[in-house]
Amino acid sequence: MKQSIFTITENKRIAPDVYSMRLCGDTSAVTAPGQFVNIRLDGLFLRRPISVCDCVDGELRLVYKVVGHGTEQMSRMRAGQTLDVLTGLGNGYDISSAGDAPLLVGGGVGTPPLLLLAKCLRAQGKKVRAVLGFNTAREIILKDDLEALGCEVSIATMDGSAGTKGFVTDALPAEASYIFACGPEPMLRAVYRATACPAQFSFEERMGCGFGACMGCSCRTVTGYKRICTDGPVLRREEILWQI
Amino acid sequence: MADLSVDLCGIRIDNPVIPASGTFGYGMEFAKLYDINILGTFSFKGTTWEPRFGNPAPRIAECPDGMLNAVGLQNPGVHHVIKHELPELKEVFHKPVMANVSGFSVEEYVRTCELLTAEEQVGWIELNISCPNVHGGGMSFGTDPKAAAGVVAAVRKAVTKPLIVKLTPNVTDIVAIAKACEDAGADGLSLINTLLGMRMDLKTGKPLLANTTGGLSGPAVFPVAVRMVYQVARAVGIPVVGLGGVSTAEDVLEMQLAGAAAVEVGTANLVDPFACKKIIEALPEVYRRYGYRTFSEAE
Repeated sequence: MKQSIFTITENKRIAPDVYSMRLCGDTSAVTAPGQFVNIRLDGLFLRRPISVCDCVDGELRLVYKVVGHGTEQMSRMRAGQTLDVLTGLGNGYDISSAGDAPLLVGGGVGTPPLLLLAKCLRAQGKKVRAVLGFNTAREIILKDDLEALGCEVSIATMDGSAGTKGFVTDALPAEASYIFACGPEPMLRAVYRATACPAQFSFEERMGCGFGACMGCSCRTVTGYKRICTDGPVLRREEILWQI
Repeated sequence: MADLSVDLCGIRIDNPVIPASGTFGYGMEFAKLYDINILGTFSFKGTTWEPRFGNPAPRIAECPDGMLNAVGLQNPGVHHVIKHELPELKEVFHKPVMANVSGFSVEEYVRTCELLTAEEQVGWIELNISCPNVHGGGMSFGTDPKAAAGVVAAVRKAVTKPLIVKLTPNVTDIVAIAKACEDAGADGLSLINTLLGMRMDLKTGKPLLANTTGGLSGPAVFPVAVRMVYQVARAVGIPVVGLGGVSTAEDVLEMQLAGAAAVEVGTANLVDPFACKKIIEALPEVYRRYGYRTFSEAE
């Protein structure tokens, strides 16, 4: 983990309420796809954890949805402004066991961390498929970015305005050998139940610190108590205990 | 270089800055970020006899200038702490640590303290009779002078290390509780623990915290803490450790001017993991600016 100041280079709306922010600064603490950063914002007490969408030497890309005061404030920021950011938080996805043709499953703003993941997997020469779920066609994000990396992308929308009509689970391929998923908990649970192959799921929880000190985001797992912020956010299928 | 050292219940510490229990784990997360030997000491995560998972999520809610937490004393239990956390800590922290202990009965407090007082690394026992997030223990001891005196007297007999009792602000008369603890044999007092609070979720119409209520901490509580430290420090003859919303070196001096012998820094560690390091580095200049050469001079 590192604390450093990042400068915003771009902050643009890419879908209703969804923004893509690029920042430059010290990205050396980012060591795996699926990690997150924790951002301090003026006038708000707690930092805001945001998943890393992409990271290339010295540049971070965050894709976030406006859901509250923090993200609303972020959406109004402009190029040139600076942010105090803790980087390199969370375990991230372990891509060492992904097999030759992993499947990525994303729901809504759970999609962003799958981009850096896809990039890492493609860099290893893997054939990557992605199934992304959204409410409606206008909300589709990062499909082009994933396709540009050479991923085969399928879409599911709740209203049928693009791709398969229904949940992301309605668009899953008949067989998958390894799954990486990120999205709202009901989606994760549905993917968990609809599939049986080895898989890694990225979770969300309200956090105090984001680096393992406060025990604010603990959950029960098969292998004991884990902090979503440091022992997660990515858990393996065999670790997960669903809470009701 | 200013002498920042202070005496805390008979043990000299290099400076008055002490990360507060529940915001610093057992030290290891912070030891990865900076040399934690720069600290006066730190108070480790509230430890109980049995391992505890704590309360369901969400456990955290933001507030203006602070936060609510309802963690509920998650900890691996005293046996695990002695077998794993303390040996790990020994590798990176070479000073006496403050052992924060909580419990659900007098007997449980005594048993847990007996084990920890025997640990060479433990410098002080900080008896938490003030946790607002558990039922049937914690704060129920800290809101009644007789119950407080009972647990303090029992633990006092069982421990050889200095005994600091951590008090709750959720009482009508904190001075009465403080005096009862002093009379029962406490060597020091630390205050304040969090203030009981809650928030509602406008979208769901339900409490934001799964536990309904939680403890308010952060700069929002600082003036309450200063007031209580001031009242208690004038009423007792034992050292008072001031805490509650301390975030800057100026806050440390302010606590000290209110009567604190040392100062704990809690929630600030969560939003700035380097908060204590920055405070310690800034302290000499703050003393100089306000005309104090040493900490004891400000008392």
